[in-house]
Amino acid sequence: MKGRFVRLAEQGRPTVSLTVDGAAVEALQGDTLMVALLTQGNALRQSEFDSGRRAGFCLMGACQDCWVWTRSGERLQACSNEVRDGLDIVTTQPEATWPLHG
Amino acid sequence: MATARVVIVGAGPAGVRCAETLLGAGITPILIDESRRDGGQIYRRQPEGFTRDYATLYGSEAAKAQALHQSFDRLRGAIDYRPDTLVWNLTPGQLCCASQGRHSTVDYDALVLCTGATDRLMPIEGWQLAGTYSLGGAQIALKNQAVSIGHRVVFMGSGPLLYLVASQYVKAGAEVAAVLDTSPLSLRLKALPKLLARPGVLFTGIKLLAQLYRAKVAVHLGIKPLQVMGDAANGVAGLRFITGNGQTVTVQADAVALGYHLRPETQLGDLAGCAMAFDQASSQWWLATDDAGRTSVKGVYAAGDGAKIRGADAAEHAGRLVALALLEDLQQPVDTGLRDEQQQALAVMDQFRLGLAQAFPWPSDQAKALPDSAIVCRCEMISAGELRRTVKQKGACEVNRAKAFSRVGMGRCQGRYCSQAGAEVIAAAAGVQVQEVGRQRGQAPVKPLSMLITEEVSS
Repeated sequence: MKGRFVRLAEQGRPTVSLTVDGAAVEALQGDTLMVALLTQGNALRQSEFDSGRRAGFCLMGACQDCWVWTRSGERLQACSNEVRDGLDIVTTQPEATWPLHG
Repeated sequence: MATARVVIVGAGPAGVRCAETLLGAGITPILIDESRRDGGQIYRRQPEGFTRDYATLYGSEAAKAQALHQSFDRLRGAIDYRPDTLVWNLTPGQLCCASQGRHSTVDYDALVLCTGATDRLMPIEGWQLAGTYSLGGAQIALKNQAVSIGHRVVFMGSGPLLYLVASQYVKAGAEVAAVLDTSPLSLRLKALPKLLARPGVLFTGIKLLAQLYRAKVAVHLGIKPLQVMGDAANGVAGLRFITGNGQTVTVQADAVALGYHLRPETQLGDLAGCAMAFDQASSQWWLATDDAGRTSVKGVYAAGDGAKIRGADAAEHAGRLVALALLEDLQQPVDTGLRDEQQQALAVMDQFRLGLAQAFPWPSDQAKALPDSAIVCRCEMISAGELRRTVKQKGACEVNRAKAFSRVGMGRCQGRYCSQAGAEVIAAAAGVQVQEVGRQRGQAPVKPLSMLITEEVSS
């Protein structure tokens, strides 16, 4: 899948290995989870109110559009949490969804 | 009262200058910041291990960014600095804080709110699609992470940030598909006398525009946005708009950066009971303060864009000035020369901000023209039509009442990105001025908290 974000500089950083939805993903040290996920994919999560995919919006911890979860169920804002070696991320919310629009 | 417990919320330009001024007068403030590092949004520091220099990161503002960071580095060991800490509620004399899943309280005698701003958004059909970002968000992607938000980016909205971020993208090697400004050139010309209050800043703005033209970026003024094109699965595929000449144009792009200047983060002041005022020039509510930053609540002060949108330079002056006001209220000696300097600088910046508001107005007409199908609340996918029905069928002509019925403003962003536009939709549907429909009240927690949060027990 084509990445949404494009790296323009700072590409000489050491790599970090994490797991996203069960698949191994390589990121760079200092990447936010959002950058790690969106340089390799086109979305972060599924909107629970419609069929749309979501990829964040404000990048400053205000809009809450970039939620992802750890395997153990902890919720993280992808825009303001950095990658760490061994992090195990899931991009589907653990709770039930409640589609409002069909 | 030399031992007054003074708490500053926010370590951006206002908060840092406030802390510095207080420390200089012998008061050791607690400086609480939601972010892990100082600088606020505008002078946000890149993560450790990144190597771009100040000139690359901050362009024409490099010297100011470096000076603020250096000031903070000198202060850091001397004040009680608490990064990565969200103030999520307050009661008189006490703040409720959360940090890394732990709750704690902080008592204060005086509180200085330097809470900054977020992007001010006007919805457009399709803006919920993945790949639409706020302008500020697009800038953070580049500044903080050295990435572009897409392979081909359209910048749309109005205000200085539009040109700044677009030119930063061009300079960094990103592909900029177009820069689309809803404001026509004529308003900029009308605003010139006020904008000339800060000729240097005006010149910097003109240089940014020249850089875009030199890079052969399509720049359109006086446009009308129509729709972010794309689909739910793949996100943004383009943007459709009407040019100033009335032609409908579609630009191919996989990302849109959208924003109309800024709105203040007033929730904590609101929870403290501070009076708000409607600013006619920018057509939005903000905290009512005196010239020095005193709110209507004794012991609660505000400075920077969280109080009044005047930009980063003004925030530094306002941060110093509010500290001096606080010192005066504590019966401490005040450096009147320093105070006069800040006031004089701010008078010029006030004039300039009026010019910006005139040159790049908030596009309230767009809310009226928004199709019923367009989403107003991105969080919960609530459309303009649903909001209008709330007004027309339920008679909910007040923002909080309409919010209760429609849920516009009740989602996770807590109205940060929809409530101002929602108020415009309500006002247009009710046939009244936007200030007559009120403003969305601040609610605690001011940002979502985990239910797993635990209370810190002091030993």
